[in-house]
Amino acid sequence: MNGSAHPAMATNTVQSAQPRWLVAYAREAQAEVLKLWRQPAFLYPTLAFPALFYLLFGVVMARGPNTGDVARYMLATYAVFGAMGPALFGFGVGLAEERGNGLLDLKRVLPLPPMAYLVAKTLMAMAFALFIGALLLLLAMAVGGVRLPLASIICYFAVLTFGALPFAALGLLIGCLMRAQAATAIVQMIYLPLGFLGGLWFPIFMLPKVLQAIAVFLPSYHFGQLNLWAVGIESIFPWISLLALGAFALVFLALAASAWRRMEM
Amino acid sequence: MFPSMEVSGSAPLLSLSGIVKRYGKTEALCGLNLGLNAGEVLALLGPNGAGKTTAVRALLGLTAIDAGSIAVFGHAPGSYAARLSLGVMLQVGALPDQLRVRELLRLGASYYRTPELIDHLVVDCQLDGLMDRRYGELSGGQKRRAQFALALIGKPRLLVLDEPTAALDTAARQCFWAAIRARVTTGTAVLLTTHDLGEAESVAHRVLVMAKGRALGGGTPAEVRARIDGSVVRFRTRIEADQLTRLRGADHLQMDQGRASFLTREPEQLLRAALALDPELSDLEVTRPRLEDAVDRWLKEAA
Repeated sequence: MNGSAHPAMATNTVQSAQPRWLVAYAREAQAEVLKLWRQPAFLYPTLAFPALFYLLFGVVMARGPNTGDVARYMLATYAVFGAMGPALFGFGVGLAEERGNGLLDLKRVLPLPPMAYLVAKTLMAMAFALFIGALLLLLAMAVGGVRLPLASIICYFAVLTFGALPFAALGLLIGCLMRAQAATAIVQMIYLPLGFLGGLWFPIFMLPKVLQAIAVFLPSYHFGQLNLWAVGIESIFPWISLLALGAFALVFLALAASAWRRMEM
Repeated sequence: MFPSMEVSGSAPLLSLSGIVKRYGKTEALCGLNLGLNAGEVLALLGPNGAGKTTAVRALLGLTAIDAGSIAVFGHAPGSYAARLSLGVMLQVGALPDQLRVRELLRLGASYYRTPELIDHLVVDCQLDGLMDRRYGELSGGQKRRAQFALALIGKPRLLVLDEPTAALDTAARQCFWAAIRARVTTGTAVLLTTHDLGEAESVAHRVLVMAKGRALGGGTPAEVRARIDGSVVRFRTRIEADQLTRLRGADHLQMDQGRASFLTREPEQLLRAALALDPELSDLEVTRPRLEDAVDRWLKEAA
């Protein structure tokens, strides 16, 4: 056997499976990130949309006495808008595609550690949320004159990474229920309205009252509120938004779990 | 045929008994039985819709069955323990276009505690020079070779190959079977489906002929060939089919694109009669029945 010629590998056999599992989870997540990173049709819009919109509305068009506050406010909301994209497109559309082309079947036949396929896609969504958050933060600091204390920066990144989770669950649900083309269409149909109606494009108080009333029922609004707190626009921690976002995550996950089980048959 | 490893008194690596699978009202599998031992190569044969792929998907745990039982190394199909010892090539099994072959193999290797060395697979699967290419840039045959490497990377005790060589040219096929032969001699079992009966004849220890979700029967290729005796006679002629059937020895006539083919115990009489009617008769061929002829016959009898 080949293994016996390599003592280092032979000793590995004695150890438990867990150390290998960590490697497998890490490689699987790395592969998910690489897949999307090398897909220009996904990468450029996902990064460019939030960045350009932010530059336009948060920096260039921000005039008046409080431009720093505007740039900070819009940093919070456009980063949230950006973090939603990979969770919905990467997770949702990606899953629908891989269900259609047989890759998911292959993954189910290979000895992946438990849940590795879904864990990797989740980590991918979190990694992209971090990356987009960093990109916008750099823009805000470089051209928007935004200065954040370290504690705020930490909160900002924490909110972005974990706030992406309910949207990853929504992506999972869409990916389980639909074929690739339908999933793309649905995600495009909900992504922009979630951003606009959730007050991520323009401050929520600038929207008509009717739309403001709708916003409360959208996960994107609550995600935005949490990040506005992180960058110091809201001084009181929005517990309601945290609970609402958690509730959305649970509902999406429960629906997705039942869709996933039905799909596996 | 590959030399097979002698294994005495061991439980089968794989056993399917009484498998029933329904899609709505149609039965894709109706009571399929199948067993496979270490070091054995079994080919599932049969026309499209015979249930070969459904059987493969069921034993991999991809399709739930309606009745019967499946054991893979004594484990439930689809369980982690079963998957650890399997190597699989699915008929439709895309890999991500954006990843390089090296990345795909490293990812695959991370699922196992003692994976095959990637350098060995580069040789066995002819991946030299392809390792840094993205999967999406590969040709059909190159993709299949990358999938094959992924199937071998866990040093599987059972290889399940659904139409593995369909996209491969002759040289790639030889290399493919050489890599498999090396593993079979150390005890790896192979279950394959194929439409290429010539290939099945040369690589399989046993074949199982399937039709309409059932196993008609099987055995070694020689046993299946022996089910029909006589000779296969083929020629091109302008004699009409209904006239041909009346010739002496004209048994089991089949017309295929103007070429008549018979399975007969009296090839000499048949040829004399045919030549008397049509001296221009051409493209003559008289052969012993091949596995393909025997399976064709079997499927016709069952239909």
